[in-house]
Amino acid sequence: MYLYDDLDRTLVAERVADFRDQVARRLSGELTEDEFKPLRLMNGVYLQLHAYMLRVSIPYGTLSAQQLRMLAHVARRHDRGYGHFTTRQNIQFHWIKLEKLPEAMAELAAVGMHGMQTSGNNVRNVTTDQWAGVAPDEIEDPRVWAEVIRQHVTLHPEFSFLPRKFKIAVGAAAHDRAALRIHDLALRLHRNGVGETGFEVLVGGGLGRTPFLAKTIKPFLAKRDVLSYVEAVLRTYNQFARRDNIWKARIKILVHDLGAEAFAKEVDAEWRTIKDGALALDPTIVDEIAGRFRYPQYERLDDGPLALAAARRADHRFDAWVNNSVANHKVAGYAIVTLSLKPEGGTPGDATAEQMDAIADLAERYSFGEIRVGHEQNLVLPHVAQHDLPALWRALDEIGVATPNVGLVSDIIACPGLDYCSLANTRSIPVAEELTRRFRNLDLARDLGRLHINISGCINACGHHHVGHIGILGVEKNGEEFYQITLGGKADDDAKLGTLIGPAVPYAQVADVIEDVAAAYVELRAHPGELFIDTLKRTGIEPFRERVYATR
Amino acid sequence: MPLVEAGRIVEDRYVRVLDEEPIPDGVPVIVPAKRFLADAAELTRREAPVGVIWPNDRRVAELEPWLDRVALVALVFPKFRDGRAYSQARLLRERHGFKGELRATGDVLRDQFQFLLRAGFDSFEVKKPADALVFAKAVARYSVFYQAGADGHAPALRRRLQQNKFPALERRDVVSAGRETGAET
Repeated sequence: MYLYDDLDRTLVAERVADFRDQVARRLSGELTEDEFKPLRLMNGVYLQLHAYMLRVSIPYGTLSAQQLRMLAHVARRHDRGYGHFTTRQNIQFHWIKLEKLPEAMAELAAVGMHGMQTSGNNVRNVTTDQWAGVAPDEIEDPRVWAEVIRQHVTLHPEFSFLPRKFKIAVGAAAHDRAALRIHDLALRLHRNGVGETGFEVLVGGGLGRTPFLAKTIKPFLAKRDVLSYVEAVLRTYNQFARRDNIWKARIKILVHDLGAEAFAKEVDAEWRTIKDGALALDPTIVDEIAGRFRYPQYERLDDGPLALAAARRADHRFDAWVNNSVANHKVAGYAIVTLSLKPEGGTPGDATAEQMDAIADLAERYSFGEIRVGHEQNLVLPHVAQHDLPALWRALDEIGVATPNVGLVSDIIACPGLDYCSLANTRSIPVAEELTRRFRNLDLARDLGRLHINISGCINACGHHHVGHIGILGVEKNGEEFYQITLGGKADDDAKLGTLIGPAVPYAQVADVIEDVAAAYVELRAHPGELFIDTLKRTGIEPFRERVYATR
Repeated sequence: MPLVEAGRIVEDRYVRVLDEEPIPDGVPVIVPAKRFLADAAELTRREAPVGVIWPNDRRVAELEPWLDRVALVALVFPKFRDGRAYSQARLLRERHGFKGELRATGDVLRDQFQFLLRAGFDSFEVKKPADALVFAKAVARYSVFYQAGADGHAPALRRRLQQNKFPALERRDVVSAGRETGAET
């Protein structure tokens, strides 16, 4: 956990006071909605179809039990008893009233939470690996760097009115769990040839109507230069990106128009003039931030306790869950546990206030009071002793967050879609719900293996459909909902955008098509262990297309 | 449109002269960038101060040769949301060492004041009179900042080091965050 000090707390409190004043001016009519809009957006407040929506920041996806309880409280008191975890490791409340917002924010501020920069044209919540600090394959904890950057870009005097939103991700593991290449700016910590650690810098990734994967503009950046380089990228972006058309205002378009090389040159020229100035990071500053991340006092335990093996033999449901939802921890005797927020027929990423309270209790009991939010819209208990797994599982199962479908076909990422969102053209959630019913048979799902479905209800691509193994994009045609299906997208270290399989299909046929794709995979795979994505890579999209459209 | 300077509403001593109009003698004037560049040598030789309105899509580096003879640069916010001039302001102050008056013009509203001040602006053509009246309050909304700013506040990162009395504080030469704008103690 990162511990806030008085300075952090003062800033959040001042932000609440600021927002309270802005809401009062809006309610009195002193501010027009047009003037209020950018202000509320800077605090995570959107105007949705039915109500205002509040998006609360969860920096790098790390939550304390106390914070999760406060989110439960806000859900209960100001919303309809639930919250929705997002692909940016945040949570949003969809039914909150404008007059209630300042109060909700003040309550959140009491536990160091806020909605700052979860929307609007500024630097958004810096995301990272949800297993940061506990993953066996990481070089160091990327959250320290995410926090250094988060602080620097919070209410930045130069970059609070950017051409468009700006998303930064930091990764530090061999395996990319932070979808680095779909970010405006990504920093990948790695070791160079002589064993020093530094960052690969990638820019210009993003989905939306013009999807691009980020390109490397600097293969190795020394740690001391992180802030000056981020500043140079943002300054270049702020000055030169298009502002005449919001669809062309993201950095990916600037990088594409200029070319990555010319863009890198521009950034480099800027960076050289500031790199040895005020932003050069002294190690003591980084140490100070790193020192406020608190790590658990782990017990000395052995891997694979006997009690665990016995429990697995005794109960096949428990065994299936361990196989699916439990991952290796870097400390012996501990495990990383993923809590599926994708039950059959449920809305992906939703959690009720009761579930949040129960998870907070379980985190205190079994995970040193810490919870993580992953971009796949699931929760994680990052420090569970392996011998506690049977008891934890029973408790999780009881509250409905132990569906062993993590990474499987029914672990669907979906945006809120037309059920909530004023930008959406089509529904997303009912499509996801129907698919979880179609694939509710866990033996079937396990047989299909790792298979990611991503659903977006419009071209803004909040459900990241371009990088789903199967991507589903809702489009409106003559007032009806149609869905384009893409195959072969990936958000990992070998990221790719999916390929369109054929003409869009109407709402009622989407689940049938996905079933056909799954069936085609089972027929086409070379052996049962070949993953969907690998079969597709080997055969190409054609045999899938034939199968899906032969009868349509 | 009230003009705020050093936190107070003041009379604008400059006269805005557009492209075709004659320049009045002995009066401080502000002229558009194109006219200024076309006639910079002449304009900067005048007795009375001269200022220039610089558009937000032109590199401020072009102004560099004249900055020591220009009394005022007016940067433009065509819309509240268009933040290009924040970068221009910082570049003028921090890179090009501009010491004259840096004026924010256009869609300048209360909720930008503190950002503007921290980016290096020191005068403000405020769109709404009611906003100008509460200027002092609006720029005191925040007392904690994570970055160095032109208003002289030290960034939180540096304040923490001072509070914690880290041994590294002895090594002032390497603790560099915030030095440019002078840290408060």
